[in-house]
Amino acid sequence: MLERVQSERTQSDRTMIEIRDVTRSYGAFKALDNASLTIREGEFFSLLGPSGCGKTTLLRMIAGFDTPTSGSIAVDGQPMDGIPANRRPTNMVFQSYAIFPHLNVEQNVAYGLRRLRLDAGEEKRRVEEALAQVSLTGLGKRRATELSGGQRQRVALARALVMRPKVLLLDEPLSALDKKLREQMQVELRRLQQAVGITFVLVTHDQYEALAMSDRIAVMFGGKIAQVASPKEIYQRPVNRQVADFLGGMNFVKAEIVEENGTSMVLDTLGFGRVKTDKPRAFVRNGGAATLGIRPERLRVLWDTATAKFEVAGKVVERHYFGEITHLIVEIPGLEKPLSVTETNDFGADDIPVGAPIRLAYDPEALVAMAD
Amino acid sequence: MTAAAEGSPPLRMAGSRRSPLLQSEAVQGFALISPTFVYALILLVLPILVVIAHSFWTQNYLTIDHTFTLENYRIALTEPIYRDLLWRSLYISLTVSLLTVALAYPIAYFISFHGGRHKSLWLFLITIPFWTSYLLRVMSWKVILGYNGVLNSGLMGLGIIQEPSDALLYNSTAVIITLTHAWATFAILPIFVSLEKVDRTLVEAATDLGDGPLRSFLRVTLPLSAPGVISAALIVMIPTVGDYVTPKLVGGKDGVMIANAIQAQFGKASNWPLGAALSVTTMIIVSLMAGATVLVFRALQRLAR
Repeated sequence: MLERVQSERTQSDRTMIEIRDVTRSYGAFKALDNASLTIREGEFFSLLGPSGCGKTTLLRMIAGFDTPTSGSIAVDGQPMDGIPANRRPTNMVFQSYAIFPHLNVEQNVAYGLRRLRLDAGEEKRRVEEALAQVSLTGLGKRRATELSGGQRQRVALARALVMRPKVLLLDEPLSALDKKLREQMQVELRRLQQAVGITFVLVTHDQYEALAMSDRIAVMFGGKIAQVASPKEIYQRPVNRQVADFLGGMNFVKAEIVEENGTSMVLDTLGFGRVKTDKPRAFVRNGGAATLGIRPERLRVLWDTATAKFEVAGKVVERHYFGEITHLIVEIPGLEKPLSVTETNDFGADDIPVGAPIRLAYDPEALVAMAD
Repeated sequence: MTAAAEGSPPLRMAGSRRSPLLQSEAVQGFALISPTFVYALILLVLPILVVIAHSFWTQNYLTIDHTFTLENYRIALTEPIYRDLLWRSLYISLTVSLLTVALAYPIAYFISFHGGRHKSLWLFLITIPFWTSYLLRVMSWKVILGYNGVLNSGLMGLGIIQEPSDALLYNSTAVIITLTHAWATFAILPIFVSLEKVDRTLVEAATDLGDGPLRSFLRVTLPLSAPGVISAALIVMIPTVGDYVTPKLVGGKDGVMIANAIQAQFGKASNWPLGAALSVTTMIIVSLMAGATVLVFRALQRLAR
């Protein structure tokens, strides 16, 4: 039997970036509101959120292109106040890649090394090594204007990695690439980060990108950090509706708190009856109401006479075909909103007629309690 | 017309009525520029051809001898007076263009990088001197540089000099000062445009890779604005070689330039063939100098790595 692994890799527990109570205001508008965050050495960390949530502002403040209105940022134990961007141990991959158009690939990669005045052989060796890391060997003499989008991105990566920074900052590096290339680069970026062992901080608005690559994710909304956790925990145990909604689909069911103690709580719902769940760490009670969430793929169709310990019954009202999966919208008596169900097509979920009665099985473990 | 016909390509419908020649994009393009083209042909190309033709002829008192000769070019290139005037013109225009570019660059840089919301206001202010006639602007330099001028009385008032200096006006320095001021706008605008096109994230990237403000300027901003610098230098250099109003007004006898000699040949001296030969010689030398300037700037640009 397969053994379940908690974490693929153990990082050191050393803190690499310490962000403490950082606020950035533009007049009355707060781009970042009292954010605190600790990023560990060797970690692939993602800042995830919709546009305007402050994630890029935070990244630019780590790089030194922006200054906190209040609060402090420390990198590798050194406070960064007053240290200009060119003297920070960080390097950045820009969203537009910012490849110098008047230089060729080699000269772009060697740009930062020039100032270090290495001897010619050493400089050449490091450039070659960086180009090999991003699979661009042999393209050194290419002009910057002759590169494809994917190649430009690799040059930007090599140019930053060649500096051997303590932290590599990536500002939506994959957003300009097409879907296929983006998925390929996600895997490559992750592999590269594990090979070089440098702390990566990635800014993205694409939840799948963050889930696929990161060791930990900080989800941000409106200048505030909503949740910091591993991809699995963020997906399975979102702290509130906003986080749950931003990361994939989620069915929300109104619930009433019957009982609450330190680690667990009992909720009363209409469709799912009385449910006992774990109490989320950041749960703050807001009156007697709460929300119960369940992911569409955690509801399974019960065929024919099959039964399950936990099930709900209803009627199919819509069916959407997506190739490998089918999306069913199921009305449950008592629930004000129908449930979304995602079912793989291997058992013929794509043939379920609209209007047919249906029974759905669920695992109470998959139910998440969220503050309202 | 039916709805189905509306969806068909318009080219085919036009083809049934018009000849294919008129549909070609090149022909349409030529048609569009033809008024300007004809205008330029009549007022620019024809006069130049007339000048070139004259340069191979000889003035024979009131008539022109149409036998082919290179005598005019021999005079233009070997007579010390014309050689000196040509050298001085080239020296003045080169100095003016370098000075103008050097002074215009910081202004253009300031407007582009620190102009903020007021960029267009700054550009507008820079064009204000053009609201007055060029002659008036030259005259005002006379007022500033003259024996009893603003500069002299100012310096005397401060006790820096005891009596008015006559070294300020009526020499080539006065011509250089006046021309540098007059052509500043023509240098600021192309440099500004090329600076506007410099992607600001490139400067950030240079900073991120460890460059301080001066280094990132020398390695990124300056090389990327080189096209603007080159065109500014050429825009100033080419017309100033042939300027004759400024030297006439503020140049005195030490500030006379080749264009004054050409004007004299076409005017008082009434020797059109020699004037034409001088013009053609100047044109060729200016073209060579412009070409050389472009090559020098390109080489400098390549140095910035």
